Amino acid sequence: MQSPLDLSIASVIVLLCASAAAPLLSSKQKHLVTFTFAASAFASLLAFAGGLSALYGGAAESVKLLIGLPDLPFYLRLDPLSGFFIMVVAALGFCVSIYSIGYVRSFIGRRSVTPLAVFYCLFMAGMLLVLLSDDAYSFMVSWELMALSSFLLVCFEDERPQNRKAAFIYLLIAHIGAILILLSFGLLAGNAAGFTDFSGYTFQAMRESGISGGWASAAFLLGFFGFAAKAGVVPLHAWLPEAHPAAPSNVSALMSGAMLKTAVYGMARLSFDLLPVSAWWWGGLVLTLGLISALMGVLYALMQHDLKRLLAYHSVENIGIILIGLGLAMIFTSFNMPLMAALALTAGLYHTLNHAMFKGLLFMGSGAVLHATGQRNMEGMGGLIHRMPWTAPLFLVGCLSISALPPLNGFVSEWLTFQSFLLSPVLPSRLLNILIPLGAAMLALTGVLAAACFVKVFGVVFLGRWRGRHKTEVHEVGWSMRAGMGLTAFACIALGVFPTLMIDMMNSIPGAMLGVKLDVHRGLSWIWLAPVSAERASYSAPIALLGICAAIAAAYIVAHARKTAVRRAPAWDCGFEKMTSRMQYNATSFSMPIRRIFGFLFSIKEGARASGKHPSAFFPGKYTYTLRVRDRLWYFFYKPAADVSFWLARKAGKLQHGRIQIYLLYSFVTLIALLVFA
Amino acid sequence: MENVYSALMQALQLTIVVAGAPLLTGWVRTLKCWMQGRRTAGLLQPYRDLARLFSKDIVLAENASWIFRFAPYVVFGATLMAGAVIPLISFDLPLGATADIIALVALFATARFFLALAAMDTGTAFGGMGSSREMTVASLAEPAMLMSIFTVSLASQSTSLSQMAHVITSTPLVLRPSLAFALLAFILIAVAETGRVPVDNPATHLELTMIHEAMILEYSGRHLALIEWAGMMKLLLFSSIGIACFFPWGISGHGDPLMLPPAFVILAAKLALIGIFIVLVETGLAKMRLFRVPEFLGSAFLLATLGMLSFFILE
Repeated sequence: MQSPLDLSIASVIVLLCASAAAPLLSSKQKHLVTFTFAASAFASLLAFAGGLSALYGGAAESVKLLIGLPDLPFYLRLDPLSGFFIMVVAALGFCVSIYSIGYVRSFIGRRSVTPLAVFYCLFMAGMLLVLLSDDAYSFMVSWELMALSSFLLVCFEDERPQNRKAAFIYLLIAHIGAILILLSFGLLAGNAAGFTDFSGYTFQAMRESGISGGWASAAFLLGFFGFAAKAGVVPLHAWLPEAHPAAPSNVSALMSGAMLKTAVYGMARLSFDLLPVSAWWWGGLVLTLGLISALMGVLYALMQHDLKRLLAYHSVENIGIILIGLGLAMIFTSFNMPLMAALALTAGLYHTLNHAMFKGLLFMGSGAVLHATGQRNMEGMGGLIHRMPWTAPLFLVGCLSISALPPLNGFVSEWLTFQSFLLSPVLPSRLLNILIPLGAAMLALTGVLAAACFVKVFGVVFLGRWRGRHKTEVHEVGWSMRAGMGLTAFACIALGVFPTLMIDMMNSIPGAMLGVKLDVHRGLSWIWLAPVSAERASYSAPIALLGICAAIAAAYIVAHARKTAVRRAPAWDCGFEKMTSRMQYNATSFSMPIRRIFGFLFSIKEGARASGKHPSAFFPGKYTYTLRVRDRLWYFFYKPAADVSFWLARKAGKLQHGRIQIYLLYSFVTLIALLVFA
Repeated sequence: MENVYSALMQALQLTIVVAGAPLLTGWVRTLKCWMQGRRTAGLLQPYRDLARLFSKDIVLAENASWIFRFAPYVVFGATLMAGAVIPLISFDLPLGATADIIALVALFATARFFLALAAMDTGTAFGGMGSSREMTVASLAEPAMLMSIFTVSLASQSTSLSQMAHVITSTPLVLRPSLAFALLAFILIAVAETGRVPVDNPATHLELTMIHEAMILEYSGRHLALIEWAGMMKLLLFSSIGIACFFPWGISGHGDPLMLPPAFVILAAKLALIGIFIVLVETGLAKMRLFRVPEFLGSAFLLATLGMLSFFILE
């Protein structure tokens, strides 16, 4: 029997070997796809076993590797928190790898898939290494491995200029974030062992340093904003809806479902392990940004009609919901209420797992739709449920989960978050007592807006009639893509109906980080979820599901007691005739009331123009409607950042003349300068 | 013995929800006719309507998929499940702990989600219009609903409906300003959620004003019957949530069969009063424009927030 850490390291080694072996097979593309993704699925299984047993065991295990720079060895460590995140990444990685076997084949013949296969494996290995590393040096190396390989995956289809632009913005923000994280680690390490010694670079030294006061707050702020840039927290989110749609759909699923979670891991590691939580405003900041991200994410998503952009904005929303849990946990910790912090932390982490599953499912489903129809624009779709009898119900499971509807998994974590919100009256601060419930209302608004958005998505893509101008031949996807989606859909249902099994297992995380364990049953049996007390609030997903099914069965029997005929006829539609499919509601018209109510938050340009023979008459030949919804932050923050970095790059470019003498001169001047100042 | 008694209570309450809901609707319609000087079709007309719909053939739109046929069952099932959780005449509910009030609201949301999808399924303009409007109204109602729940739960330290009602009945009567604000907010929300005037008109088929009716235009036969029935149950259930949160006196306690007949009478009286209130509002007010609804629900949110503030400041 191997130890959990060995299993996880073995998984990383398998992934690295697979990525090294992939170019050898590049002449046989079909075999290459099967081999690489089968290998990454196998590696995911290994990592899943490792992560799950670390979570279940509840103990920490560490190892020192003799690689890296002299005197700076890599430290790896597997504790319940990293075990949990490894489990999340590996579970999704397994499903996506299976899916990729079918999905990546569709690129064969159009372009070489070798880079996709190589960087996919490197990307997986990078994510696992980030979660395993136990010192700042190996953490930053793995963080960069993850960022660079995902950058190369985003610009996989590099013939399109918008993909190259998206990849650039992604790289830019990823590195702004990485600099902030590095500075934060620098502060921690400097506090642990002084600024002239390297020995403070291990997380163990940082933990023991007992940093406090202003330095702790500075380290927290730097680290939090660094990770927030990776997680896509508003206002650092604008790269996300550009980069995720540009990547191939299997990579989008991994980026959204797994990579964003490494940033959440970083925040949790930083604020509950490396730093002692001292001030409540840390949690308040996390909570506020989480709420803003959740609400703005879903509102932006509602305005979209590109399927993958819409899903990317929903990642912003869900990261916000996760941060709400983390922020509440930090607030409770700062007032020394570990049990309540444990509930909020569990809510946030459970949503992390749930989001990985349903967002993975939805991105894979959007990949299937893209594969079948060749487009991402929802305005040209419709009625796919008739052509894709497998994808449609699987996608529906994802829609129900993300909309937080019982008895699926998204609801369980939102319910737990609401329960943590409802505990806020015990806080000894009047200000927080009054402000935190308003956050709960914002979360409620987010939940229903998400439901509205996914009625729109499912209704416009899968229901109704085909909206496109041209008839395209839509077909169902192959078995491996269905299997990948089916596994995540199964996970969504299982995590929704039997949440207590997983939450009991996750108990070792608050046990290790906060020193308390959460009893979510409170004397009731295992099917009940009662996080505070049985009188206060309880929820039982199995009974709710059974009850609904029993009621449906009873209704079915009653309704079929009398034999009646079913016949098909044209839609009635209040007696209006000559309906065409262009008269259906589409994505833009569906969100019109919400756009009008919340429009002040966006920069919206709307225009209508009549043209044709008599454009001024009552019956113009053609009527064109244009709508442009932009992120206000884009102009305030991103365009300046991109412009400045291009400007700096151009200035730096002037140093390079391509003549060897000049370069030799540079070296000479540098040497002289070093000799003078050293 | 105790288990058998609770199971019996559960069955009795479910029967009241299923069988009593059309009666409440019939009562509201009858009162409305009296108020407007029309002849009534009788208290029992909703039952006759349901029976007629169940025996009719179904005409399905050409484009309808399995979502369209499945949705009425989900709507009915989720609403009935919600009905199993709310205390009507007794606190003895084995299923009462299945869902607290947050989960209860989410059960209604599940029903709404499927109905909105079914409306998009037939590919007509009205279906999409209804579903878009319904989701908009719901999204504005939900935050106010949560604030109202939060305010009530501050006093009882619980979100379980039975517990909330129990705490109010078992403590001496004090007039709480927070509950008064929460009640006002809840009334506004319930009007929006059950699709009554002034937010939506259940009797209209005028295309530009429909919300709920636009979603179910294409339904016929037993599907329509199930949706109509679920709609009637929803009216009864929202009234009962209001009763359980704000006026729970009269609901019988644990293992107290002698209290049942009075509890039943009290429930009937309360529901009859709510019916009168609905009719007074519906006759006195006109339906408002869709884009006035945000103001309406915004004031509900403000009232609920005031309730919360007054709890922290005054109580």
